[in-house]
Amino acid sequence: MAKVPVQFTLNGSEKAEFIDSGTTLLNALRDKIGDTSPKGGCHQGTCGACSVIIDGELRLSCLTLAETCNRAAITTTSGLAEGGVLHPLQRAFLDTFATQCGFCTPGMIMAAKVLLDHTPDPSRDEVVEALSGNICRCTGYEPIIQAVLTAARANSQNAA
Amino acid sequence: MALALQTFPTVKDANAALQTAGTRYLGGGTLVIRAANEGDVSVSGLVRSTDPALSAIAIAGGKVRIGASVSMAAIARHPDLGALAKAARAVGGPAIRNMATVGGNLFAPAPYGDFAVALLALDATVGTEDGELPIEIFLAKRDGSRAIVTAVSFTLPKDDSFRFLKVSRVKPKGVSVLSIAAVLERVADGTVSSARIALGCMADRPVRAKAAEKALLGKSLDRDGIAAALAAVTEGIAPITDPIASAWYRAEVLPVHLGRLLLS
Repeated sequence: MAKVPVQFTLNGSEKAEFIDSGTTLLNALRDKIGDTSPKGGCHQGTCGACSVIIDGELRLSCLTLAETCNRAAITTTSGLAEGGVLHPLQRAFLDTFATQCGFCTPGMIMAAKVLLDHTPDPSRDEVVEALSGNICRCTGYEPIIQAVLTAARANSQNAA
Repeated sequence: MALALQTFPTVKDANAALQTAGTRYLGGGTLVIRAANEGDVSVSGLVRSTDPALSAIAIAGGKVRIGASVSMAAIARHPDLGALAKAARAVGGPAIRNMATVGGNLFAPAPYGDFAVALLALDATVGTEDGELPIEIFLAKRDGSRAIVTAVSFTLPKDDSFRFLKVSRVKPKGVSVLSIAAVLERVADGTVSSARIALGCMADRPVRAKAAEKALLGKSLDRDGIAAALAAVTEGIAPITDPIASAWYRAEVLPVHLGRLLLS
């Protein structure tokens, strides 16, 4: 398999790798770079567990080839905490018991982050819509929705 | 298994590479990478083009041209394509809509391809390296197509003439039980002067409901006026059966949902 050079920014850090052509971003992140926060769930674009943010847009790393991300800015859940302090979304997921097995959590948080980046004070319906591409088999979704709304409230209080 | 990707700056060069047996075109990846992840051994290599024209939306004089690489999300947020936003948002969840392309949707087998249903109702033209085809002919021949789709073109529908409905069990995102798109022109007294109705999940690809279209001509969009169209809409259909719904169920509920769409 031909190796191809790929350069991108991952959670603010420059990465330059030679990868097998055709490698998915999910596999490149987990197996080559060592960022295991995106999870491999269905590999069909259905579950959302592998969601990452690429150039500001929510995307599925299992259906994205790493070499198509050259010069892109990629954010994963492992890049959210700063200086050992959890991101408000991560804190809210813990505080509202929105995490059970935890497998869906990174994808949920990425989907929620894109929402809050564009809509800091979302309605419940907007949260539901934003999370609609992510499947959770543990929580029944309500704690996750509450976590996102809680994080949004915390953001607005901090901004006030 | 990783599949080597070849990237070309022009569609012409990508098209030439695509003629090699086993190669598939990579648009947004939601069909072909999914197939590769599932172990589809018929795919041995991938080809794509970075031609900027593939990602452009052009609207002039009421005519719309959407490049094949334009995503559903880009259509949904375009200020001049508000009429189509509902159909674009019917495709997948937010991440899928950021990836799924117009060109790819034309090849999506039922129960997917909801946006192609809208394009069929709009009587779109599909542009390829080999020329342009009416969408109905393109869809009929798509399985054997080896030419890269470059764009879709159509006339922007008049206000309130375009209607779209996707029926799914899971809200807000779910696989289609069925989808219906209609372009209905009416004269001053409210009767229908022309109708194009397209159906999703009523075959392995979007199909026209020609008998229903014919039954609507000269009729008003009220319960009596649409009765003949509802009776005729199941003519010639062959719904799919999948874990979402059986063919029998889809055929049974089609007239109900068409009625709701026409009366809305």
